[in-house]
Parts: sequence; C-alpha cells; structure tokens
Amino acid sequence: MTDRYDAIVIGAGHNGLVCSALLAKAGKKVLVLEANEQVGGAAVTREFEEGYSVSACAHLLYQLQPRVRKELGLSPKLASDTMQTIVLSQDGKHVRYSGGDVKGVGDGDVTSYRQFHRQMTRFADLLNTYLNTTPPRLGTGEFRDLATLARLGFDLRRLGRDEMRTFLRLIGINIHDEVTERFESPLLRGAVSFDAVLGTHLGPRSPNTIMTYLYRLAAGHGRLAVPQGGMGALAEELAQAARTAGVTIRTNMPVQRVVVENGRVAGVETAGGERFDSLIVVSNADPKRTIMELVGSRYVETGFTRRVNNIRMRGNAAKLHLALDGLPRIGGLAKVEFGDRLVIAADEHYVERAFNPAKYGESSPEPVIEMTVPSFRDTALAPTGKHVMSCVVQYAPYALKGGWTDAAKQAFTKTCIETIGRYAPDLESRITASELLTPADIEREFHITGGHWHHGELALDQFMFVRPVCSAAQYRMPLDGLYLCGAGAHPGGGVSGAAGRNAAKFILRERAA
Amino acid sequence: MSVQEVPQGRLRTPFYSRLAALDTLNNWHTWKGYTVPDALYCADTEYFAIRNSTGVFDLTPMTKYRITGPDALVYVDRLVTRDMRKIRPGRVAYAVWCNDQGQVIDDGTIFHLREGEYRLCSQERHAAWLMDSAIGLDVSITDETADVAALAVQGPTSFAILSRMGIEGLGDLKPFGLMHVEFDGFELTVSRTGFTGDLGYELWTAPENAESLWDYLFAAGEITGIRAIGTDALEHARIEAGYIAAYIDFLPAHATMRTGRTRSPLELGLDWLVDFKKPNFNGRRALAEEKRSGSTWRFVKLDIEGNKPAHHAYIFADQKGKKNIGFVTSAAWSPVCKQNIALGTVRTPHGAPGSTLWVEVFYQREMHWSRMMARAEVVDKPFWFPKRRSLTPPDLV
Repeated sequence: MTDRYDAIVIGAGHNGLVCSALLAKAGKKVLVLEANEQVGGAAVTREFEEGYSVSACAHLLYQLQPRVRKELGLSPKLASDTMQTIVLSQDGKHVRYSGGDVKGVGDGDVTSYRQFHRQMTRFADLLNTYLNTTPPRLGTGEFRDLATLARLGFDLRRLGRDEMRTFLRLIGINIHDEVTERFESPLLRGAVSFDAVLGTHLGPRSPNTIMTYLYRLAAGHGRLAVPQGGMGALAEELAQAARTAGVTIRTNMPVQRVVVENGRVAGVETAGGERFDSLIVVSNADPKRTIMELVGSRYVETGFTRRVNNIRMRGNAAKLHLALDGLPRIGGLAKVEFGDRLVIAADEHYVERAFNPAKYGESSPEPVIEMTVPSFRDTALAPTGKHVMSCVVQYAPYALKGGWTDAAKQAFTKTCIETIGRYAPDLESRITASELLTPADIEREFHITGGHWHHGELALDQFMFVRPVCSAAQYRMPLDGLYLCGAGAHPGGGVSGAAGRNAAKFILRERAA
Repeated sequence: MSVQEVPQGRLRTPFYSRLAALDTLNNWHTWKGYTVPDALYCADTEYFAIRNSTGVFDLTPMTKYRITGPDALVYVDRLVTRDMRKIRPGRVAYAVWCNDQGQVIDDGTIFHLREGEYRLCSQERHAAWLMDSAIGLDVSITDETADVAALAVQGPTSFAILSRMGIEGLGDLKPFGLMHVEFDGFELTVSRTGFTGDLGYELWTAPENAESLWDYLFAAGEITGIRAIGTDALEHARIEAGYIAAYIDFLPAHATMRTGRTRSPLELGLDWLVDFKKPNFNGRRALAEEKRSGSTWRFVKLDIEGNKPAHHAYIFADQKGKKNIGFVTSAAWSPVCKQNIALGTVRTPHGAPGSTLWVEVFYQREMHWSRMMARAEVVDKPFWFPKRRSLTPPDLV
C-alpha cells in the first residue's frame, strides 16, 4: 500500500522542518521522513554520557532568520543570550567582545573595532536581503529575475560610492588582510579571523573569507544565544510548529532512494522498503547525497552530474564534548563568564598555522577552539554540580591521512585537551568522559557528505547564483518534481532556516503559476 | 580509462606501407595525430572510384571508444538522443550527443558489438565528456583508437569484391548491420556503414592483420577497379550524401567560445534522431523546450543554379540580397548528380523544404572577382541516394 502526499521532505533537519511547515501552512499535505531517531538533523541535543547532554553538532544560535521565527511563530526559550566572546590569553589578559564593543584592547582598537563592526553589519544587512530570497537566474529575461538583479544593483548603489567600492573590494578578499590593517591586538585579530573561517575549509588568508564573515553576521549581527535544552529544543519547537500545521513527521525512516518514473519524481522508498508517493520530493539532504546517492546520475544529465560531483564539501571542523565533574579554573575569568563563548585563537597566524596541515590531510597540532559550557546556565544538561563543555575544533580534515582511526581520534582529543589545558590547567583532571565527532563521524551520524556543516564550501564559486551549482540554484533540480531545501542550496549552512523558507516559497510560487 | 604512451610526431596507421606504395602526390596532412593523404593520385579519379567502382579509405584515425560494463546500455542511452534500447547486438546506430543545453557535441556511430558491449566512433576525441558521463555508473570506457585498424570499402562493386575475397554471409547484412567473421585466421568485424551515402562496408580488425587484409582486398578488387582514396574524395562524397561534418557544418559545443555558435540536433536536420519518448538523456530538457518555443537555426540542403560551387557564401531570402539569413557551410559541384549542391545553416522560419533562397556566389577569373546571386532550391532528400545503398542482398556487379 502506498500513501500519496503533495510533498515529501527527506530529512527533518531544521531546514526540512521549516520548509515542510510552510508548505503545510499553504494547505499542502506533507510528509517528512527522518533517518535518525530524533528530528533536527545537525540541530539536535543528545546524551553522550550518562547524565550529560549536549548540542551534538551546531551549538550556538546566531543565524536564525527573523522571518522564519515570525512566520512560524517561534519563540525559543534561551538559556543564554547576547553572549560575549572571550578570547583567552595565557596570562589572563583576555579580550572580550560583543556587538561592536571590545574590551581588553587599546583605545585605537576599540574605535577600529566599532567602525569595523558598523561597516560589516551594514554590508551584512545588504547581504541578508538576498539570503532570504531565491537567487535570480542570469540571462532569462524573466521579470522576477530582472527585478531581483535590479534591486541588488540599486541596493549596492545606495551604499554610496565609497561604501559600494569598499564592499566590492572586500567581498572577494581575505579576512587576514583586513584584521592586520585594522587591529593592533593579536587576540582580536585571531578571534575575528576564526569567526570568518568557522566551519569551512578555509584559513584566514584564503580568498572570500570576508564574505564568510559577513554571512555569519547576516541574520543577527553576530548576536550569540543558546536555547534552553540545547539546539534540539529548537528543532523540537520547529517540529511542533510543523505538526500543528498538519505535517506528518516520521523518524527512523531513512530514505533509500528517490523514485523516478518516466523522467520525473514519483516518490521515495525507505531502507525498510516502504514506498511513499508524491510528485514533489524536497530533499533536506546535501546536494551530492541527493543526486549521487538518492536519485542516481542516470536520471540526470552529464553536465549537471559533473558539477554536483565536483562540489567542494570536505568538512574540517570537529566537535569535542567533555563531561566535567566541575568547572575548570581559567585565570582572569570570572565565574559568570563560563556562560559566554570562549575562544582559543592567539592571533591570525595561529589560525592560519592551524589550517596549514589540514591542506595536506593532517589535523592541527595546535587547533583553534570555540568553547561553551551550556550546562552553566542550563543545569538540566548535566548532573548537579557537574558540567558539559561543547567545543568546535579546527582543523580536523575529513580525509585525514590514514583515516580517523580510534588511535587518531584519541590523539586529536589529547591535542585538544592539552591546548585548552594551557589556559585551564586543571581541565584534564576534571574530565570524566569525552566524545570527539570528526567530520567523518558527522557524515555518518548526520548523513552530511564530507561532514561539512554548510553542505558545501561557502565560497564565491558556490554561492548565490551558483549554489549548489550553476543552472540549478533556484531550489529546483533538473529533474521534474525534485527540490533542495537544505544548506547545500542558497544561501548555505548555519541554523538559519533561510534555505528551507526560500525553498518552500519557491515551490509554492511555482505551483501557483 | 587506461592511459597509453604514444610516440611523438605524426603517427602512421597500420596501412601506411600500402598507402605509401600507391602514393604519387606526396600530399599528406594530420588527422588526429596520424598522417593521412589528401589524395594519392588524383582526388577526382578517387571520387569516381567511390561512385563507379570501389574506393578504399583508411579510417584508423577515427576516434574509437569501447564501452562495456553492467550499465553500458544505460550509459549510451543517456549519452545520445536516440533510443539505444532499440539497437540490438549486431546493429549500428548513427547518433548525436549533446550537452545539458541540448547543443551538439559531436555525431558518430555506435556499434553494438556484442550484448552490452559498444564501440563509439566519432571524428573528435571525447574522453573528458565520456568519463564525466560515467560518474555514478558501472561502466568502463577504453580508448581503442590505436588498437583497431579500420578500412572503409565503399562503392557499387564493394559487395562483389568482399564476397570474392571470401567473406561469407555478407549478402544478409542489412544497412547498419555488423557481423564478426573469421578471415584468414583472424577476427574481422564487418559493418555495412560508411560516410559516402552509397553501398559500402567498413572492416575492423587488430592492427597486426591490417596489411594482410589490405592485400586480400586489393587482390580481390583488382578486376573491378578498386582504388585507395584520400580525404578529399571522401569529403566530396559525404556532401552528396548530405552528411554533416564537425568543424565544417557545425562546431562541437565544447569548441565554442561565443554564445549562439553551437547547434542543436533540431537545428542540424537531425530531429529524427531525437527521441522524446526517452525519459532522460543529455540535452532532453533543453531540446523539449526548443521544440516548444522554436529553433533559431535550420539546416538546409541546397540545389543551386549554375555550376560555380557556393563556397562560404551568404544565403539571402531575396534576390536583391537585402535579407541575410545564413551561410553555406559545405559546397561542391556534384558530378554524379549533375547539380551544384551545398549544405548550409539559415535562420528560421526560412529554409522550409521546397522554398527558394538566394546564394551570393563569388568566383574568380584571371584574378578578377565576380559575384552573382544564384537561385537555390531547398531540397529535402539527400542529393545522392542510390537504390543499391539499401538493397539486401546487393547486386553482384
């Protein structure tokens, strides 16, 4: 027996949930099939050690698009909000920043950073308009495409002549040049560099790392928060919104393949052999997995196959979870500041040097690390008096030379703990359990090819009009009935919901036409 | 795909010694790395051998790929625009392949040698495109250009010569059929294919058998005027047959820089090769859209008044030459048809079969150039299509 739906969404990642909810709100009968037990995809909270829970992949909320929040009536309860970033120094003279304010640096840097932040947020606002809309196609002559392009041109001009020039100059260059020109403080340089390359296979000297920095600021100007109950709580709220709108969500239902009949999508088949019919299949999976594994190249054309096959998506960020029997001591850090975001990035060269070995398939001997202690404000995540530490560690290349064997993982875990230990000497003695998720683990657990959290490198040749690939950047794939709604589509990764929302809008508009 | 070391400089085909022995002009050029003759004694005589007796053409330099593996059929079916499921083992398909935009990359022939085993022959090399087309499919692609020696044996007496040579069962071979025979202790593949639009065959074997094959062939053909031919004679014959050639009548899509310089199969008169009943093939989406909204160009075969070949001529809709609608891509005086013929490309809606167009012909007499507007009728059928081409069994002349 088969069930017929107006649309089937593959994957209950946050984008899949946003997309399904918006489709259902428009009256569509929607089914979401999730491979894992929990909804949320990479926005999920799970136990990694008895009594200790953590946001298993994404752990900070800063990109959720206000429009998504509004249209779905989301009001996530936050454990922390407007967290400051504390760039750790071994001598305890840390640098702290939040919004456009920075402390612990010279007066010159205070002014420079304020100006920098003002300028960057202005550019990010411009960018954000286009993150929330389907990118226009070039050369179609269609009104909607032309209108979007005209608006983009107009918005650029409206920056004013000098600012427009600056924007166009900056969009392709690297963050390293900017931070060295603007700031004196090595810690500030290091942390801003790190912000720009988080989650990418890029170093501060790599091209277009200003663009990735702007991308980070786009939705909320870099304001950091953590939902009560971790990222999984947000996913649950999204799933609830979807269910309220009428979406059927089924977990533990890995889709094995997209069924193609007579050159168009006809439904999906699960690993368990169940078949669900729908003339619209929306994939929240990454483009490579969607096309190469779920659909199969035989059902699409050669040029498209080649482009999809060549999408760069090798993850380079690992996730380290530590169960602690108490807070570690960090010199110069007030206790209350464990509720903030702690960063190890001594300077811009430190970040670049961490990246260097990753180019050759080796992990960083001195990694850059972003740490949070979510249990500090959300005590339910750990037993009373104990804590969990959630870290993003770079760089840990997906294709590690020799593979991510247990020995390699243990060695890298040790490296990370030693690196943090330079700032928190008693850390090691406080650890009761640890878990390292390398990009290979992220690939396995969250079904993301290459374990790349953006579902494809965030680079100018894979951005906007050409994301995921040229001629297929409007959510609609060159196979009738197949759409993308995940981070691999425009605009990209981060828990923003933009891709899911844009995809839903596109599908509804197309079906209405 | 296996990569092979090849010697530097112009390569010699396995038939080189035999061609060189017959050569009187020393007029050679390079064809895909091989040295081949424009003509051996006289292009006109060689042309008449194709039409009146038999011409033998060394087509070893033709690019040849072997396609095998469990997904071979899926692979070729997605690659080309026609339905390859209909091409059974022992059959050959003329086919055209396009990029995703529905623009022609090249045309060629696909031999279904044995169940699930194909040979793709084309003028251009396509390793990159063929390998890209193999992504996600279980097929193996091997360039076997240098591993197969091939001869085209074309003309009214070709059947008689090959029969006399001792190839059995040839009489049953239909046009676009192929068969494997044991000949003089080696394997020989014979296909009833060619580029002349006449009765003719192509012979395929391992290079070490090449000279022996040649000698048998010429011994059998001596009394019916068999002649080795060069590329000039073949070029003449293919225009009469109305066959298009890459870089002459169309530009392979991968070779273009400017937009609008490519052609779709619909714009090359190859609609009959495009099977929209197939759910997926490279270019299908774009071609379906083109079929819906109309093509920009149309391929035309022209019968032009006078006897001056209209090389590189502009084509006009009117005699005054006010409305330029296209240009001639191939032109020749056809001795066998007694017609001044040309192939060309014109903007739609011009050039419907039966319509009259005007061709601006330039010609030179004693250094001085003259120009005339010649009336040209658009014809539907090939200029040269003798009955013997499709007769099975052919006459033993």
